[in-house]
Amino acid sequence: MGAAYETIHFKAEACDGCNDCMSACAQAKTQTDEHLHSRIQIVPSGEGFELAICRQCGDPQCVLTCPAAALSKNAGSGVVDWDRTKCVNCLLCTVGCAYGGIAYDSVSSRVIKCDMCDGAPACVKACTTGALKHVTTARIYNEAGNLEDLFAPGLSGCQGCNTELIMRHALRRIGPDVVVATPPGCIPGMGSVGYNGLTGTKVPVFHPLLTNTASMLAGVRRQYKRSGRDVLAVALAGDGGTADVGFQSLSGAAERGEEMLYICVDNEGYMNTGMQRSGCTPYGAWTSTTPVGERAHGKTQDAKNLPLLMVMHNCAYVATASTAFMEDLYDKLDRAIQAAKTGFAYLHIYSPCTTGWRFASDQNIEVARKAVETNFVLLWEFNPEDGLQFTHPVENARPIDEYLEVLGKYRHLDRDQVAHIERSLAHNLARIRGFVAARGAASAAAGRS
Amino acid sequence: MPHAHYLIVGASHAALSALHAIRLHDAEGEVTLLTRDDSLPYSPTVLPYVVSGRSDPGRVFLRDESYFAQHKVNYLRGAKVHKVNAGASAVELADGSSIGFDKLLLATGAAPVLPPVPGLAGLRFHVLRTLADALALREALPRVKRAVVLGGGLIGMHAAENLAKGGVQVSVVEMQAHVLAGYFDAQASGMIEKVFTANGVRLLLGASVAGFTPRGEGCRATLEDGAEIDADLLLVATGVAPVTDFLCGSGIETERGVLVDEHMRTNIANIWAAGDVAQARGFFTRERVINGILPDAVDQGRIAGMAMAEDPGTKDYAGGVPLNTYSFFGQHAVSVGVHESALEQSGVEVKKHSDEAQNRYLKIVLKDRRLAGIFGVNAAFDPGIMWELILRAIDLGEEKLAFLRSPQDTARALMSKNWR
Repeated sequence: MGAAYETIHFKAEACDGCNDCMSACAQAKTQTDEHLHSRIQIVPSGEGFELAICRQCGDPQCVLTCPAAALSKNAGSGVVDWDRTKCVNCLLCTVGCAYGGIAYDSVSSRVIKCDMCDGAPACVKACTTGALKHVTTARIYNEAGNLEDLFAPGLSGCQGCNTELIMRHALRRIGPDVVVATPPGCIPGMGSVGYNGLTGTKVPVFHPLLTNTASMLAGVRRQYKRSGRDVLAVALAGDGGTADVGFQSLSGAAERGEEMLYICVDNEGYMNTGMQRSGCTPYGAWTSTTPVGERAHGKTQDAKNLPLLMVMHNCAYVATASTAFMEDLYDKLDRAIQAAKTGFAYLHIYSPCTTGWRFASDQNIEVARKAVETNFVLLWEFNPEDGLQFTHPVENARPIDEYLEVLGKYRHLDRDQVAHIERSLAHNLARIRGFVAARGAASAAAGRS
Repeated sequence: MPHAHYLIVGASHAALSALHAIRLHDAEGEVTLLTRDDSLPYSPTVLPYVVSGRSDPGRVFLRDESYFAQHKVNYLRGAKVHKVNAGASAVELADGSSIGFDKLLLATGAAPVLPPVPGLAGLRFHVLRTLADALALREALPRVKRAVVLGGGLIGMHAAENLAKGGVQVSVVEMQAHVLAGYFDAQASGMIEKVFTANGVRLLLGASVAGFTPRGEGCRATLEDGAEIDADLLLVATGVAPVTDFLCGSGIETERGVLVDEHMRTNIANIWAAGDVAQARGFFTRERVINGILPDAVDQGRIAGMAMAEDPGTKDYAGGVPLNTYSFFGQHAVSVGVHESALEQSGVEVKKHSDEAQNRYLKIVLKDRRLAGIFGVNAAFDPGIMWELILRAIDLGEEKLAFLRSPQDTARALMSKNWR
């Protein structure tokens, strides 16, 4: 697998032109406050600001344009390295770069460029507005890419579905000492339990009923434990099997603190069997059992907040996650795996359904991102000791229309229905914020005693 | 007869850029790279720094053996191509052997042009195009007290600076009224000349040599006006020209260079040419021109390589834009695009700013609100962004005044908005 690299991301709309990044860079590189020396350059543009910095290009033109072999792409870090002992100051690299990423510095009489500060960019640390972000997602891919994929090739999910990504990444991370339960739904439907007597995984997998996933897994884990083997019990289940028919066994296992990792892949309905509504289908959504016509206008009830129900079981770990925020997902996966060794861990991952929600197959991650940026989906985690906390708080949420309008299942919504959804989201946000605040109050009380 | 799917003749920027592009698309196809040199690939541009001692000749190589091994490239040194047989798809080497090809790239570069000055042929003199030339010149330096540099172009001026820094008394003889006349106008060149004169370099401008006579190890140059200059060393740097004589009778069309289309293909379907040897369309002219500069060689090489590998991403060559960077005595000069004199005058705007005290100069040439040229001495702007603004013909629109006032920041903002 080729390497992926870290990068500095610039969000122009968040930049207020304070230039703290340039001061920090000048300090880090030349111990002065002179912005001329900064390798990152913020430039005014109309009302806002734009950026000139080395892109650390994948196919860097400056390297090809250097006659002295002074520039090279570092295969390890991805940084375009500059060797001052080879550089002859010919400045041809400044012609090769179309981004202003390597420029002549009149004081040192040499070219200067960003070197990513050995993986801890000073500019990003100095940015208080969130305009600059050090994107380190590459670490995940470099790490997970070297782990064994424990699913067989050729799973047949719908085009553009993120479930395969969730399954493969989760199992790479979990590793081979595992027994996987995949109750009826999209996950076995795409071939993970296998065909013709062969499994779709390289690890033991079984196909429980929709109703008994958690109880069967609890038994499997107990039996292994009794025989002295540390085998992780993992469920990969849909929201229907989890929130509705499977809830009784799930609730029981969680209440007893059975040791397992239960991953719910939430596509807001029974999508595998023809897109019927589930307890997780949101208000207003079209499904084949909440149709849209002269009288009916989609689902008339709100979704149940399944992850919050699991919090109320006081599980060892509960979290929500989105494939648009993979670093967050991976952090939670790690903590969930750890928690599942001694208690019940529950991970709720949102899975936009290209087929059932009716959107273009190349838009899955964008839909997932919009769900988070509009606060339709809240990313948080819980454990009994620290309580509930946001992991990706969205302060200035985008208008909900930006999410609803990209999904065919909401195309029919009238103004009242949108207003209902907005109210529900506000309630949901207030409720979760209440839990976060309660946690603060509890720890303050603990501090006083 | 050995055979290669891709045969590349030459090993400098155009050749290496083509090789890089081929390997991005075709990881396996057989590639053979021929160089007449006995070394790893290097750039002619680095040679003045080898002469001055700034560059260690052992550390100037653009690729190493492991690169060729990793990319499955057969790198042949000391292989000078003598003849191309287009009909038989084969090249003949100087040693009489032949190599067949499916696709051929000519990236053979240019060679110094010697002026027809009486007495030159019988002299010991230096040129600077190959690593061997540079090492010979460097080796000669310690014994030199007085030198004559014939030609005030980039190579001549680089060499003159390095000789002067080494304590040599240098005279530059240039036929034109100013040095670096190809890139800078009289005022900018004048500023560069001032720096050279202040550093003890004698510039004889608008002057030409009537004849040379040998004098011990060196020579005596007699100018047209009768003046005489004695020197221990003569460097001839009166320009370079594509080498095309080995293509005579091959059927490959040449003019001053090898004529190519917008994919760097010659008139022969399986033969391409790129870099200093190629004559391709200019950006500002309809005719095909020689644009012998390093960044253009990289560009042309990439297009040729992509076309040869049949990469569906191949784009047409946008046309050569004259550009160069030049640093001298701790100062620097940059030229991108064309001067107003090269343009049809309607819609042309020129803004010039100079500060003699700071030795600073900036000229911006716009044509129909689009950048056509920008030239600076000790002026801050990003040449790569300016080049891209020209190639994309970006209408500066409402940013025009801001651009004229503050070209660097405005161009960076335009870049960030247009091709971030």
